[in-house]
Amino acid sequence: MSRLLETFNALKTQNRKALIPFITAGDPHPQYTVGFMHALVKAGADVLELGIPFSDPMADGPTIQLACERALVHNTSLWQVMDMVAEFRKTDAKTPVVLMGYLNPIEMRGVEAFAKKAQATGVDGVLIVDLAVEESSAYLPTLRQHGLDCIFLLAPTSPEARIAAIAKEASGYLYYVSLKGVTGAATLDIDSVTAKLAEIRKHTQLPVAVGFGIRDAASAAAVGKVADGVVVGSALVSEIEKNQANPGVLAGLLADKLAPMRAALDQLK
Amino acid sequence: MMSYEYPDAGGHYGPYGGQFVAETLMEPLRELEAAYTKLKNDPAFLAELDRDLTHYVGRPSPLYHAERLTKAWGGAQVWLKREDLNHTGAHKVNNTIGQALLAKHLGKTRIIAETGAGQHGVASATIAARLGLECVVYMGAEDVQRQSPNVYRMKLLGAKVVPVHSGTKTLKDAMNEALRDWVTNVDNTFYVIGTVAGPHPYPMLVRDFQSIIGREVIEQAPKQIGRQPDALVACVGGGSNAIGLFYPYIGEPAVKMYGVEAAGRGLNTPDHAAPLTAGKPGVLHGNRTYIMADENGQILPTHSISAGLDYPGVGPEHSWLKDSGRVTYVAADDDEALASFHELTRLEGIIPALESSHALAYAKKLAATMGKEQSIVVNLSGRGDKDIFTIAKLEGISLL
Repeated sequence: MSRLLETFNALKTQNRKALIPFITAGDPHPQYTVGFMHALVKAGADVLELGIPFSDPMADGPTIQLACERALVHNTSLWQVMDMVAEFRKTDAKTPVVLMGYLNPIEMRGVEAFAKKAQATGVDGVLIVDLAVEESSAYLPTLRQHGLDCIFLLAPTSPEARIAAIAKEASGYLYYVSLKGVTGAATLDIDSVTAKLAEIRKHTQLPVAVGFGIRDAASAAAVGKVADGVVVGSALVSEIEKNQANPGVLAGLLADKLAPMRAALDQLK
Repeated sequence: MMSYEYPDAGGHYGPYGGQFVAETLMEPLRELEAAYTKLKNDPAFLAELDRDLTHYVGRPSPLYHAERLTKAWGGAQVWLKREDLNHTGAHKVNNTIGQALLAKHLGKTRIIAETGAGQHGVASATIAARLGLECVVYMGAEDVQRQSPNVYRMKLLGAKVVPVHSGTKTLKDAMNEALRDWVTNVDNTFYVIGTVAGPHPYPMLVRDFQSIIGREVIEQAPKQIGRQPDALVACVGGGSNAIGLFYPYIGEPAVKMYGVEAAGRGLNTPDHAAPLTAGKPGVLHGNRTYIMADENGQILPTHSISAGLDYPGVGPEHSWLKDSGRVTYVAADDDEALASFHELTRLEGIIPALESSHALAYAKKLAATMGKEQSIVVNLSGRGDKDIFTIAKLEGISLL
């Protein structure tokens, strides 16, 4: 059984919601990322999403764009990101790690080589933002062969037929993008999220995590009421941005930001 | 006639093209394709497009025999397809009119565009003014600096110009920002992409709108040259003017075609913008195509004297035409383009855009290898008025 499936099953048994923080690997410097991962787990993360820095993150808002730029100042590469996961795995064999990024860095190294190294370093899942399900057949079999879950995005604009097609190919969990926009956008409309999740659940048994627009305990709890998991990214990354001059305090700040969300989610049951 | 039927149903040109965007945009792209498929055979839509191209743009554009240039180059007869004479001064308007009419038929009230040199931004702002649409143009902060006359033009036309400060602050970053705007405002907004790149159906529909260039040459050539030309030459940044000239000729194997990329400071330096000549296949801006990227997949900064060619990708159909061997892709550097800029200006009284000057630079070499009874059509994709400040600065002349 995959680590992601195990984690979501366990949460379900405990009637708890998954808390899924996202940070960009290598931000503000590659030496801190593994420490941040451990701090986030301690603060209550169930799954970690680790962003692969890309020069042209066209689906991301300014916060993640700048995080990519900070990571790329130190040339943080896809291979280095996976080495960070290997380092993390030395002391955490349990928490699933999902790599999230754009196709080109994977394409340039070849999907076969990527999948092999991902498996070897302890990566559990891959979410390629700009890989639509229509284009995915050249990639999915290789990723699956190496035990990697393939996580897909669903959006407010996804019609029912697309939801069905995507649900068929996805594994691990589905990531519902709560709004039309880029990462870090401000508004979150819980009613429309609730309605869309009901539509999605008609087509899948997979857990559905919701991301985009979750920045604090209140918004995490609101989404947690209707989703299986809550993804929080820009709110954490902006802590890194604000305090990049003082990287020593960042792990603590990230934990402080995440812990109230954990508490709010655990009060839901 | 060779058979050539691209793209396929998924928007692929061989292994290139396709749709590589975040999920939110997939359905809007499908809607756009459905609307276009319906409208492209709708007589009322086509009549509206044709009326605007004739009376607003001033088409057909002339095919001009550059006799003094021909003599100076000492080879094939040189003919210029005068897209520089279009309203707004470049071929870009052929496409913006088509897409803006699509926007109107889709009920969108706001158009957005990315621009490099500013020509596509001006063409978008122009048609937005003409149709009463709100218009926002994204432009790399560096390009805003080097193309200030076009920025002012867009503002005069009522468009909002947003300088983009992320990444390399050039065309690719403007395109990222336009995609972000589109994903956020997709309900009321139409993204008018300026070149044959981006996700399907954009490369196809921009090609179809620009193909008016080649279709006119096919009609003009027998009357003026006496037969079809032996060679076509066009510059390639994203590649819209080139595909516009080439596409109607793809099934005519006797007509050789040459796409000229920007070699910048030289292909042996990192400072160029020639993905077809010196890049490799990858995925950027929604399609698989030749790009300039490092071994880790990060997109590389590019350089060209011409802002309109300063882009690390290229339309996916060009990638396919390269691999299939139908079109030969070459490159001309900054100095060669500048020399051709001056040569055409002085010999023919036509000031070419720096983009088009790259096509002229290669045509000069090609003409010299051909006989006087042969002919070349060079796509003069735009006029150079916008570039005179850049050139004056390079030559140390102050215009203020």
